[in-house]
Amino acid sequence: MFSFKTKSLFGQTKQHERQIDQFVDILSEVGLVFKSIVPLYLNNGITDKFDEMVKQVSEMESKADKITKDVERALYEESLIPDARSDVLRLLEHMDELIGMYQGNCYHFSIQKPDFPKEFHKDLISLSETAVKCVESLCLTTRSFFRDIKSVSDNAHKVTFYEKESDKKFTSFVRRIFDSELHLDQKMHLRYFVEKIDRICDQAEDIADEIQIYAIKRSM
Amino acid sequence: MDLIIIIFLLGGLFLGWSLGANDAANVFGTAVGTRMVKFKTAALVCSVFVILGAIISGAGTTETLGKLGAINALPGAFAACVAAGLSVYIMTKFGLPVSTTQAIVGAIVGWNIYTGSSINIKILFIILSTWVLCPIIAALIAILFFILTKQILRKCNWHLLRLDAYTRTALLIVGAFGAYSLGANNIANVMGVFVPISPFTDIHFMNVFTFSSKEQLFLLGGIAIAVGVFTYSKKVMFTVGNDLLKLSPQAAFVVVLAHSIVLFLFASQGISNFLHSINLPAIPLVPVSSSQAVVGAVIGIGILKGGKEVQWDIAGKISIGWFLLPVMAALISFIILFVLQNIFNQTVHF
Repeated sequence: MFSFKTKSLFGQTKQHERQIDQFVDILSEVGLVFKSIVPLYLNNGITDKFDEMVKQVSEMESKADKITKDVERALYEESLIPDARSDVLRLLEHMDELIGMYQGNCYHFSIQKPDFPKEFHKDLISLSETAVKCVESLCLTTRSFFRDIKSVSDNAHKVTFYEKESDKKFTSFVRRIFDSELHLDQKMHLRYFVEKIDRICDQAEDIADEIQIYAIKRSM
Repeated sequence: MDLIIIIFLLGGLFLGWSLGANDAANVFGTAVGTRMVKFKTAALVCSVFVILGAIISGAGTTETLGKLGAINALPGAFAACVAAGLSVYIMTKFGLPVSTTQAIVGAIVGWNIYTGSSINIKILFIILSTWVLCPIIAALIAILFFILTKQILRKCNWHLLRLDAYTRTALLIVGAFGAYSLGANNIANVMGVFVPISPFTDIHFMNVFTFSSKEQLFLLGGIAIAVGVFTYSKKVMFTVGNDLLKLSPQAAFVVVLAHSIVLFLFASQGISNFLHSINLPAIPLVPVSSSQAVVGAVIGIGILKGGKEVQWDIAGKISIGWFLLPVMAALISFIILFVLQNIFNQTVHF
């Protein structure tokens, strides 16, 4: 009886570990898809491939939502990690919001079809790549929070670095937009998209800061 | 068995109940306080292992306590137990983890003073010195295991959830060991005074196994402790678990381990004999305080962390409790003996 219970305890633990890993994988993959979507849209506009990729992001978002709910239920029902439970759940929720931000950006491109002149393509691609790198570093920070707590601050530092990079790119990009000859309405429209992408980095940095605090709380 | 004997035995059972309500909580207090182990699971494991420890290894410490004051009349033993139980109950009411050992020693000294019996100063000194040594040893063991556990965790890099599962299992195992040690070490406090005047007779099972009168007493005491654990220990568990120092579950494991080792060291006839056989000074088999052991271990970890996180005011309150308790027990013992002898015409001393 006891051995059976012990077995099931460790079995379930492994399953929840896998779920959390899978969740982080999804965040990372959504970023990679987003990284491909931006140049695809800029070069070809709304195509079947673009729609397919947006759908892919949407499916991944639903999957991440389901995992968040499953883990949340398991942590409470099985009374796991009582001291770190609320931290872990908050972390997953905030990372889920990040996936939502990627998805929102994809939808906005699909619905609003912003018209980025050729001269801004490089800037937008560069900004979105920085955002993805920032989130990639956040994924590493999250993984280290769960498995290798002493690497948390190193990885969180990278998130901060990319967030600063993004801020710089955002400022110069927006300045260039408003210095251009475009109509004010178009300038505002483009700025909206640039801002949305930059916010991904802000959110990633906030989460990395949270993780650093959780890591301090977790130390013996 | 006479009704009067049962009534007198109830004194010991009351003390057992107090021990369960107070001292036994030390074994699982940190685990339950950090919500790593459910109270019901903790209470069940604790009860079973306390009873096993009492029956299998409870003899050594009982002998030492008997040397302090050989209470030779059942009403006298009753008075000592009720006095100790009452003083522990009062302290427990205030949520303070006090020591049944100190209470019973105080009560026996009260009996010695009342009856004019001589106090075995050597034994009293040994017992008193363990009151100082026990928390110090527990603190040192806790520091050692804390460093060791930290190193292991750093090397293993377990996933947070796996670490949680391992810690729960470790807390249960080490808690069972702690409960066994507590039963072995502290049963003397509960039933020690009744051993020379045990109302039971040995029971023989087909010439294969004998359940001695002493073991029957210990079983009874163990059950009383278990009842105390189930009915009243929750509050003290949360005091030990949360108030003194906020402990991580892994630190909680270290605290219980250090506590259990200390209690086991002072109760194990085997270790004592082994040390004697290799010409080392044998460890005295003395009922030590599980509360002091656990508080010592918690403070040890607190000091290792720099001492800032320890709630020193609570530690101070607990220490005052330790000082007050034996004095209070001796006083109550004295009063009860007076009442028994002069109002109920009971013989408290032969």
